[in-house]
Amino acid sequence: MVEQIVFILVSLFTLITAVVVVTNRNLFHAALALMASFLGVAGLYVLLDAGFLAAAQLLVYIGAISILIIFAIMLTRRLMHALESPFNSQWGLGAFTAVVAFAVMAGVIAQFWPVTPDSVTPLASRPEVSASILRGSVAELGRALVSSDAYVIPFEIASVLLLAALIGAIVVAWPKAEDE
Amino acid sequence: MTPGQLALRSLIVGFIITFAVITGFAYTTLLERKLLARLQGRIGPNRAGYIPVPTRSGKPRRFLGGIMQPAADAVKLFFKEDITPAKVDRWVYTLAPMLAVIPAILILAVIPWAGEITILGQTFSPYFAIAPGVNVGIVFVLAITSIGVYGVVLAGWASNSKYAVLGGIRASAQMISYELALGLTVLVPIMLADSMDLGEIVAAQKGVIDWFVFRQPLAAIIFWIGALAELQRAPFDLLEAEQELSAGYTVEYAGMRFGMFFMAEYMKMIALSAITATLFFGGYRGPFVDQVPALGFLYIGLKTFIGLCIMIWIRATLPRFRYDQLMAFGWKRMLPISVLNFVVVGIFIVLQEEGILQPLFENTLRFLGIG
Repeated sequence: MVEQIVFILVSLFTLITAVVVVTNRNLFHAALALMASFLGVAGLYVLLDAGFLAAAQLLVYIGAISILIIFAIMLTRRLMHALESPFNSQWGLGAFTAVVAFAVMAGVIAQFWPVTPDSVTPLASRPEVSASILRGSVAELGRALVSSDAYVIPFEIASVLLLAALIGAIVVAWPKAEDE
Repeated sequence: MTPGQLALRSLIVGFIITFAVITGFAYTTLLERKLLARLQGRIGPNRAGYIPVPTRSGKPRRFLGGIMQPAADAVKLFFKEDITPAKVDRWVYTLAPMLAVIPAILILAVIPWAGEITILGQTFSPYFAIAPGVNVGIVFVLAITSIGVYGVVLAGWASNSKYAVLGGIRASAQMISYELALGLTVLVPIMLADSMDLGEIVAAQKGVIDWFVFRQPLAAIIFWIGALAELQRAPFDLLEAEQELSAGYTVEYAGMRFGMFFMAEYMKMIALSAITATLFFGGYRGPFVDQVPALGFLYIGLKTFIGLCIMIWIRATLPRFRYDQLMAFGWKRMLPISVLNFVVVGIFIVLQEEGILQPLFENTLRFLGIG
């Protein structure tokens, strides 16, 4: 009961701030709303007993990505009182993507509908997870990331991709020879 | 106990600890002013409030002069005019001080203040904290400190002033740079204790000889430097740099909103002192703490106090970094050392777990003709 109230509040917070992100005409305020929306998602992870995921969400999305966006806005244009239209020439394509994504998700949920406590569908009740698994979840996650029958290949590919991006950033920022 | 009761109890404990730390913040400002004054051969604030001690000469001696100084400061800040400059972004300008204070309070949630203890019929297990048993406690601390940069950046930007913007940008570049070294150093106590739960990290440091500062002095030093940079304390206080930036991001703030930035800084000082004590100095553990768990509060309070005194001592001693020195120090010294330290510790732990370390050590001794 309490959990459901908290869930509804956190979801509302996430959704409302997400709507503000796409409708606000001030780009800086939209970026702040995006950060608040990420915070709401972290709250949803906490409700799902995924503490490490929530902390990682805070660390990566709020601590790094949102700061990067805010920096980009701060340093590129004088936007203090400038207002932007939230639409651009690609709004039709964006709307199409959004509708398709919604249809896929609704279709998946409809597979398990109706959700009642008596039904045996996976969505009917929260699966019971033993406390020992929850306590050791970070260690399990770490082992899964480097074990060959789990996620070692995606993990290594992501590392190489990030390294390439890092080297690319250095190359772009490197002073050109004729400037010296 | 039901989750509802647990949440209610955490709320009450949270209120008590937060108010205790806010009081601590008030007296940390006094401690800083007094101690700085003594280190510089001055007396410091000694007028507001004192305890008269009668002496034989008839004229009472003024004991603990200046004890009410924080209260006087708070009253002054509350009654100052709270100015909002004309061309600021009102929303963000109001939001920034709040975003500075909230993370400073949130860090307190996972710090263990005592071991398993029974207060007023309530048993706190496995240890006394606002949110005990968070299995990712230390990652939570890092995540929350990374949010702290928002208060500074938003204050700088919203003020619509070049000094404020420069201060804000300096601060965030500094915090992001030193966060890396801080995060990598935190891995060392995690590996030594085999847990991210702050309570278990404390439990792994049973006696004084087991304190992680003696097993990993390098990690402790790097963590302390990183914490100072994260706090923007001297010698890393160049986002305030009064001589260059006229106080940086707080330049357009007045009254209690200005006070809130100070509150955030001093509360973070207390929190990071307590976390350093927890990670490297045995936290709430000390003599007889297993018999009398209430001593835990005393020990961690004492260790936090010593940490605060060292911070103030460093501020009085060291000159400020130049900006390029700061960046070079963070990226070319701190980061490589912490990566190397963490890799070496990891290798030794694996060697020990595989049972290779002991024979390797003995064979080396034999090879050198000692063993």
